[in-house]
Amino acid sequence: MNGNALELDRTYGPVKPAAFAYHAPRTVEEAVAQLAEFAPLDGRVLAGGQSLVPMMAFRMARPAHLIDINGVEGLDRLAIDGHVLTISACVRHAAFHHPAAPGPTGALLSAVAANIAHYPIRMRGTFCGSLANADPASEWCLTAVTLDAELVAVSQRGRRTIAAANFFTGMMGTALGEDELLLEARVPLLPADARFGFYEFSRRAGDYALAMALTVYRLEGGAIAEPRIGIGGAEGHPRRIAQAEAVLVGKKPGEEIFRAAAAIAAEAIEPMEDAHADAAFRRDLVRAVTQRALERTLR
Amino acid sequence: MSAPTKGSGMTWVGRSIRRVEDPALLRGRGRFTADFKAAHRVRFVRSPVAAGRIEKIVIPDGATVITASDLNGVKPIAPALHKFGYVQVEQPILANGVVRFVGEPVAAVVAASEAQAEDVADLVAVEIAETAAIADARTAFALGARPVHAAAPRNIAVEAKVETPGFAAAQQGAARQVAVEIRSRRQNAAPLEGRAGLAAYDAVSGRVTLTCATQMPHLMRTAIADLLGMPESDLRVVAPDVGGGFGQKMSLVAEYVVLVWLARKLQSSVAWTEDRRENLIAAFHGRDQYLRLQGSFDGVGKLVALSAEVTANVGAYSCYPTTCAVEPLMAMAEFPGPYDVRAYSCIARGVLTNTCPMAPYRGVSRPSITLALERLMDIAAAEFSLEPLEIRRRNLIEKFPYTSATGLKFDEGSYRQTLDMAVGALDVPAFRRRQREARGQGRYLGLGLATFSERTGYGTPAFAARGMGVTPGWETVELSMDPSGFVELRIGASPHGQGLRTTLAQIVADEIGVPPERIKVVHGDTDRTPYGWGTFASRSLVIGGGASLLAARKVRAKLQRIAGRLLEAAADDIVIEDGVARIAGTDRALAIEELARASYHQAHLFKGDIDPGISETATYDPAGTFSNACHAAIVEVDCETGRVGIERFIVAEDAGRLVNPMIVDGQIVGGVAQGIGNALLEEIIYDETGNILTATLADFLTPTSREMPPVEILHMETSSPETVTGSKGLGEGGAIGAPAAVLNAINDALSPFGVSINEIPATPQRIRAALRSVGERRP
Repeated sequence: MNGNALELDRTYGPVKPAAFAYHAPRTVEEAVAQLAEFAPLDGRVLAGGQSLVPMMAFRMARPAHLIDINGVEGLDRLAIDGHVLTISACVRHAAFHHPAAPGPTGALLSAVAANIAHYPIRMRGTFCGSLANADPASEWCLTAVTLDAELVAVSQRGRRTIAAANFFTGMMGTALGEDELLLEARVPLLPADARFGFYEFSRRAGDYALAMALTVYRLEGGAIAEPRIGIGGAEGHPRRIAQAEAVLVGKKPGEEIFRAAAAIAAEAIEPMEDAHADAAFRRDLVRAVTQRALERTLR
Repeated sequence: MSAPTKGSGMTWVGRSIRRVEDPALLRGRGRFTADFKAAHRVRFVRSPVAAGRIEKIVIPDGATVITASDLNGVKPIAPALHKFGYVQVEQPILANGVVRFVGEPVAAVVAASEAQAEDVADLVAVEIAETAAIADARTAFALGARPVHAAAPRNIAVEAKVETPGFAAAQQGAARQVAVEIRSRRQNAAPLEGRAGLAAYDAVSGRVTLTCATQMPHLMRTAIADLLGMPESDLRVVAPDVGGGFGQKMSLVAEYVVLVWLARKLQSSVAWTEDRRENLIAAFHGRDQYLRLQGSFDGVGKLVALSAEVTANVGAYSCYPTTCAVEPLMAMAEFPGPYDVRAYSCIARGVLTNTCPMAPYRGVSRPSITLALERLMDIAAAEFSLEPLEIRRRNLIEKFPYTSATGLKFDEGSYRQTLDMAVGALDVPAFRRRQREARGQGRYLGLGLATFSERTGYGTPAFAARGMGVTPGWETVELSMDPSGFVELRIGASPHGQGLRTTLAQIVADEIGVPPERIKVVHGDTDRTPYGWGTFASRSLVIGGGASLLAARKVRAKLQRIAGRLLEAAADDIVIEDGVARIAGTDRALAIEELARASYHQAHLFKGDIDPGISETATYDPAGTFSNACHAAIVEVDCETGRVGIERFIVAEDAGRLVNPMIVDGQIVGGVAQGIGNALLEEIIYDETGNILTATLADFLTPTSREMPPVEILHMETSSPETVTGSKGLGEGGAIGAPAAVLNAINDALSPFGVSINEIPATPQRIRAALRSVGERRP
């Protein structure tokens, strides 16, 4: 409390990360050119930075070059193109706070977005950045897989489209080449009568998911059609659990059939283990989140 | 704040006036150590392994890097304790040949900026031949375990025993034996501000000023001067705004010793600001105990004998000044808590391991012993088919003063009344009905109680009982009034969030007739304040407040004498109130500032009778006083996921006379938050190799506003005859009671399954494991 002779210093300079070169391309062409040049020299794309920057602060990530795509023209595009919602590389999580598409797709994305970390993180972090980072606990990775999104990668070699089911290759691993930028995600719009349910378990509000489930289906004559059950946070990367989906087909939705599907999902996974959740607990959680996500389809 | 004082019958004490600390803090104008400029910034290179021999430290060319070999003549930290088989172990200021925990400082890098210091630190290569590490206390004192220090062959740093005469007969003669084993995992106090220090050399005086985030500036001065062999008068320690301590900032910090050494060596200023990872791995930890408790009851649920075994993991070194015995000795002295039991036996040991050293943390053992004792009471209640409330009523102490089996003297309290108050707020029969209905729907609600005593404001006799080489306890204040009637109170206590600048001013204001805004409390600067022990152990309001009251009474007496002389009346007939001194029963009065001015500028009027000026000193060293409280929690356990939600949390608290109820409530809520963290979330985890797995706030989980229930607070005010203010301390109670209340509530919720959770934090994973172990079935 006592004033002393010391001078105040509130100009904090760059401190925590290891040194890196910073590049700020203005166009996609420039960005992929820089990526081609610097990726082999340990270059990384910087989008929202909500995962990469903390890792750099701990010096667990030490990219020699950062290619900041935040200034690249046109990458904030969030639009419906026919039957697809296009989410460009710099669209923030917060863009989904309000429905980004009519019908169940927009409602689903809003419901999921509310579970992503905390408000300030959602203002900065990006949908495509989450996909490229491929954290097993990422809500958007689970969403992309469950909704069969198509992911467009671009490099100086050209463009290609990767199905979400083939995009994630393991924990923090993707099918992107080191010179490829994830340009956009294309999420097919759900039919207007699709029902969905999402449930996530984390230790505290905003923490990484220890397990989560996203479920979607339609009713045909009162029976479940085209069911999807995606599980995230439990394995190295999210995936749909075909065996659990199969038991739902043609059944009337209800607690008993949901319980059966949840039990199958819990058995089907090969759980990750960490300090907060061993394998047995993760199976417990997968059973609970699957059942609860399915129950939420009835709301 | 210009309300009247005594004349209207109104006092400043007892009112929730706004904190004078807040305008600056809330506007971002606080001044914390890291806000100040320094010529050099320091980064510490730390051991990446838990145990090993340092074979080589390779320093990059041209870099300024200090290692143990540079610190010739600097003494190691080796606090002393003269009892209980204490083994004195030494902590070198920088690791000297051997590393004993992950995060131990090995080298100090000095650079022009933090960025440069961090870059250089990256390049310092420390080659360590790793040896097997021991992280767990039980493993560490098993036969054949490798010693962490050669001086302690079985890793036992301290082992204390007590047994009352006739204990065995009392235990064996009891009707029913009830036992419980408790595991309280390791926490980090997680203050908002980590540790930070800035040592600046003054070329003119040759002195060094160490500005740092500490709870005890005077003791830091003595300790650092001792270790460096420098004159204590050449060191000034300043605690500016400090962002919470909770005990983590009351021990000597080796890194600060390095800073002062560097400032003298470089004749310049050097600063270090800890990052959160350093704080989580290398600032002091707390808790981490195994407790075994056996209660022996008569036929109607009255406790007749209690035996306890405490095994406390103290980490790799012993903290200064309390020593690592602080946790086990507190547990031994206070285990019987608020219950009347005459036969008592306890063995309490502190065990060295290759983990971050322990220091006192809000509550010091009492959260764990309260947890054990309150679990025991609930288990016994179930065996006797009593409501938890009833078994407590049968055992709580009622007559005061009460002398415990360990010889502690309890002053007037309200143990049964606060229990009834908390329970009254709950409506237990209605809850039990709701609980039954919910179980029918597959929902599991539980009610948990925790009654406890909180010894606070204890002076030198209590600390002397521990046999510490350094025996804290008393506090001194200096109170002076300047010629304009403004008042300065200089204190040895060192508040860092407690609001003492407000509360001490309230105490003084009532005595000397000036409003609190004319009273400035000065603290946290060894050049400006009398030697004192700082702020910890729920002591400052009681001891610093008591000393302030005593000094204020002296000033009041002097003002009465001055006024008596000027008004030609007897000093005894002068009433000091509302800014004036008045002859009682008349309208003849002088303003306090007129008295002050006369005291300095008209001293000839009092020559030979009253000394010039108004400045008084007082010291206070009380025996100690016991606060008491009952915490009650209602929780819901989600049995499928193991998640615990807290529906209600009630605190019925008696801390004697309350000086500022708003500040009191803030202390309680903050303590409860840390207690809930202890009960449900916070856990420092080491793997078997001594590697720490919880080095970020994404892994070490503190409760946030989303996890905190509203805390309902009820007060009683049983004035303490043991303190001059009638007040009792209460800084730790929130953290002491909450873990037991929450864990008892969880066990109540899970009682249909026949499982017991006796480990905290009671994480979803642990609750699910317990439920799986019984096949999820309700018997």
